Amino acid sequence: MTDLIWLVVALPLVGAVVNLLFGKRIGEPVAGWFAFGTVAAAFLVAVEPVLTLARNSAEPSTHYLFSWIPILGVDAELLWDPLAAVLTMVVTGVGALIHLYSIGYMKGDERFPRFFAYLNLFIASMMILVLAANYAVMFVGWELVGLSSYLLISFWFTKPSAAAAGKKAFVVNRIGDWGFLVALMLIFAAFGTFDFETVFATAEGTLSVGMATAITLLLFVGAAGKSAQIPLYVWLPDAMEGPTPVSALIHAATMVTAGVFMMARSAVLFEMAPVTGGIVATVGVATALLAAVIAIAQTDIKRVLAYSTISQLGYMVLAIGAGAYTAGIFHLTTHAFFKALLFLGAGSVIHAMSGEQDMRKMGGLRKKMPITFITMAAAWLAISGVFPFSGFWSKDEILIATFHNGGFWYILWAVGMFVALLTAFYMTRLIVLTFMGSPRWSEGVHPHESPSSMTIPLIVLAFFTTTAGVFNTPFRLVFENFLRSSFEHVAHITESEWALIVGLAALTLVLVFVGIVFAWRRYSTDELPLEEDGWWSRALAGFGVDDFYGRVIVAPGKQIANAASSADATVIDGIAHGVAEGVRSAGTGLRPAQSGNVRGYAAMIAVASVLLIVVMVAFGGGF
Amino acid sequence: MILTASWFMILAAALFSIGVAGVLIRRNALVMFMSIELMLNSVNLTFVTVSKELGLIEGQVAAMFVMVVAAAEVTVGLAIIVAVFRRRTSANVDELAELKG
Repeated sequence: MTDLIWLVVALPLVGAVVNLLFGKRIGEPVAGWFAFGTVAAAFLVAVEPVLTLARNSAEPSTHYLFSWIPILGVDAELLWDPLAAVLTMVVTGVGALIHLYSIGYMKGDERFPRFFAYLNLFIASMMILVLAANYAVMFVGWELVGLSSYLLISFWFTKPSAAAAGKKAFVVNRIGDWGFLVALMLIFAAFGTFDFETVFATAEGTLSVGMATAITLLLFVGAAGKSAQIPLYVWLPDAMEGPTPVSALIHAATMVTAGVFMMARSAVLFEMAPVTGGIVATVGVATALLAAVIAIAQTDIKRVLAYSTISQLGYMVLAIGAGAYTAGIFHLTTHAFFKALLFLGAGSVIHAMSGEQDMRKMGGLRKKMPITFITMAAAWLAISGVFPFSGFWSKDEILIATFHNGGFWYILWAVGMFVALLTAFYMTRLIVLTFMGSPRWSEGVHPHESPSSMTIPLIVLAFFTTTAGVFNTPFRLVFENFLRSSFEHVAHITESEWALIVGLAALTLVLVFVGIVFAWRRYSTDELPLEEDGWWSRALAGFGVDDFYGRVIVAPGKQIANAASSADATVIDGIAHGVAEGVRSAGTGLRPAQSGNVRGYAAMIAVASVLLIVVMVAFGGGF
Repeated sequence: MILTASWFMILAAALFSIGVAGVLIRRNALVMFMSIELMLNSVNLTFVTVSKELGLIEGQVAAMFVMVVAAAEVTVGLAIIVAVFRRRTSANVDELAELKG
């Protein structure tokens, strides 16, 4: 079955093409079921190869498809190894559930089949990215997920804010893509190939530390764009303009983790550049902290989750920087479950509240929507890091790995711990404001539980959110052993002492507990605390980073564009118009010569001939 | 009196001048045509004269070409003149100025 792994890419692609061409004729809801079917089939195709990989700890295998750029020796080739396998399971598994959910959520939308075509395109693109066996193929997937993200954010493009958000996401991602592209050029210059196998096997002898640092820093620029890290995180909160399943699938569970995945894939290179590791980890922690602080003040339920996603991505990036690749990928996996669940739950709530997204106008929904409430509560405990939910295990692993590095990593660890407290606080705030207390609904809103096509994915995700931790506890390192062959070139983190693990975990739990209790007491009052003074409004506005970028980057950019535009209108057009004007006036000047008088012409010819003869005789024809 | 080449050249020049004067002075398209023919034939005369004088065959060949081209030109030109006659009953070229710039 491993040989059929190309089907994982091909099936959703077929779904996308069919829905794109014949979607209107297929109609609702069959188009949705068909799209769901292709992704579910892709998941099923991948299950057996994953089990083979796990059972026999089989060797990673490459699957040659076709020769793509022969002159550079680039083949379209897929790599099936544990790292790719984990991402395949997450993307197709969570993806299939979100397709199922979307059938209910997008019900009645005018462009229902088109939505599923885009979703399928996204899954196919993401699988190209994940299964790529060289950087060139990975880059194709990388760009394609960017494209599908753009298409889906601005899916409701008649809303100006959605169109603008799509554009913003695309442009900001371009900046990151620039870094990735330059890194690829450096890799090709250094190795003469894009092939993962060759690059990682020969990196030790080929790359100098300086070159490795340059490449990894540029790769990190790419990752910062895709995975929404400082300073390129600004597109992700705006991306919430897209339909909620899109936010769940692309801007929480899968696409935004592509940067983390790419860095984990390049682990060998990152190991060679310790300076990059420090920078990556610092940026990751700073992002986690900033996003968590901003999340506390948000009133829009989806924006809380968006900033929370940025914050959690910060954790994953910290893990990569700290060299704890397995922990990063593990957190990526658990995060995919609980964040997708949170977004789908939020979508269910928004659906029930007739499009209301302001948490201050919710409250008391637990009785109206018991399934949504219980599943979301599981995700809340998981992301907060409460024992024994999945988030507890993955987040703790990152923090322990950071602590273990010593030196200045203690600072990063301390900030990470603080972010854990903040996370517990803002997630509790979200849950309490939404589900607890008494209703603060607007008039005419009648909340109801969502249809089963929406609640079933919630339940499945809640199951994994609760239990996924067992894959990698300090007692059973299933996940780490599974991923071992993907990181075999990379030095492994030495095992920490038991007392340390337990002590740090206990400390995290205390902080989480403090955060939860504090938020619970603050928000489960009938009178909501007024959160409008200076600090809250500044945090609500994201500390004006958007304004700052607007003034410092966008405004000068617009000025340059305007200057170029007016230069085009005056100088370039001036030259073109000048030439045309010259020709026209020459024509006007010569018009009288065409009198229409035949004898006049004849006279001219005669006179000219005579003159010519005179000249020739005078100069002896020698000119 | 021996007829030297000069006489032929003088005759050709005279014919050519008459042709030029005809084209410039007369208004009737048909007469202008005849004048043009006169010019062409004067040129033919010089061609043949010089050819004979220098013992080169090329001049006579050129004269043949001129005749053929002149015949073709007359065909087209006469057709145009006939068409003009049909439309306006006069062949005064000074009235034919629709295509002026």
